[in-house]
Amino acid sequence: MNMRIPILKLDEILIVSIQWELDDQKAIQFQEDLLNKIHGTSARGVVIDLTPIDFIDSFIAKVLGDVISMSRLMGAKVVITGIQPGVAITLIELGIRLENVMTALDLENGLARLRAELEA
Amino acid sequence: MKDRSYVDIFTEWDIVAARQLGRNEAKEIGFGTVDQARITTAISELARNIYLYAGTGRIEISRIHEKSLFGISIVASDQGPGIADVRQVMNDGYTTSGGLGAGMPGVKRLMDEFDLVTKQGVGTTITTIKWLR
Repeated sequence: MNMRIPILKLDEILIVSIQWELDDQKAIQFQEDLLNKIHGTSARGVVIDLTPIDFIDSFIAKVLGDVISMSRLMGAKVVITGIQPGVAITLIELGIRLENVMTALDLENGLARLRAELEA
Repeated sequence: MKDRSYVDIFTEWDIVAARQLGRNEAKEIGFGTVDQARITTAISELARNIYLYAGTGRIEISRIHEKSLFGISIVASDQGPGIADVRQVMNDGYTTSGGLGAGMPGVKRLMDEFDLVTKQGVGTTITTIKWLR
């Protein structure tokens, strides 16, 4: 299965909804695709919605944390939205702290937060 | 209904297969969504450790029943190099893989019981249990 994660553009914001469990290859592919899309569209912000995701292990957490830092290097701010209760609990119990990461409860709040950040 | 099933770990795709098996079992046993996430994550970490450090190994998932308790047991075994300093790997923040894998303390916190047996040059077996409450 070689389905890529779709990345949508809305004004100067990219919107990503991760719908399926990420395997290692797909996670790395997503990292590259997102950075290329930021480069190609001059996007200034990214929302990554994780609502359908029911678990995140340390590898996926590392890929997510890295892509946020990489996007920041390219001048784009990232908001993570839709982290489920089970995901939040297991990440903290695992000892993973996604510090300095902007988060919001859902896509709507995430977009509002990002727009406020970009206007500031 | 089988009480015991396993996935042999050879490639990173097998990590996905192991955690899917674990998640399905956990769901059927009756674990809630948060415990399903804990169990799936623990399996993912254990399978990844096998892949990274031993190359190959096995994740075995069993339904267990003891007195009035039901639960799931996960046994991760390999014939890899073994762990030289167990106390060190049980310290939070210890890693030899540059941050891949959250390490054993994280897995221990996700599960209810955790037992590690290792011998250098022979291999490592980690047994973890989560009880249904």
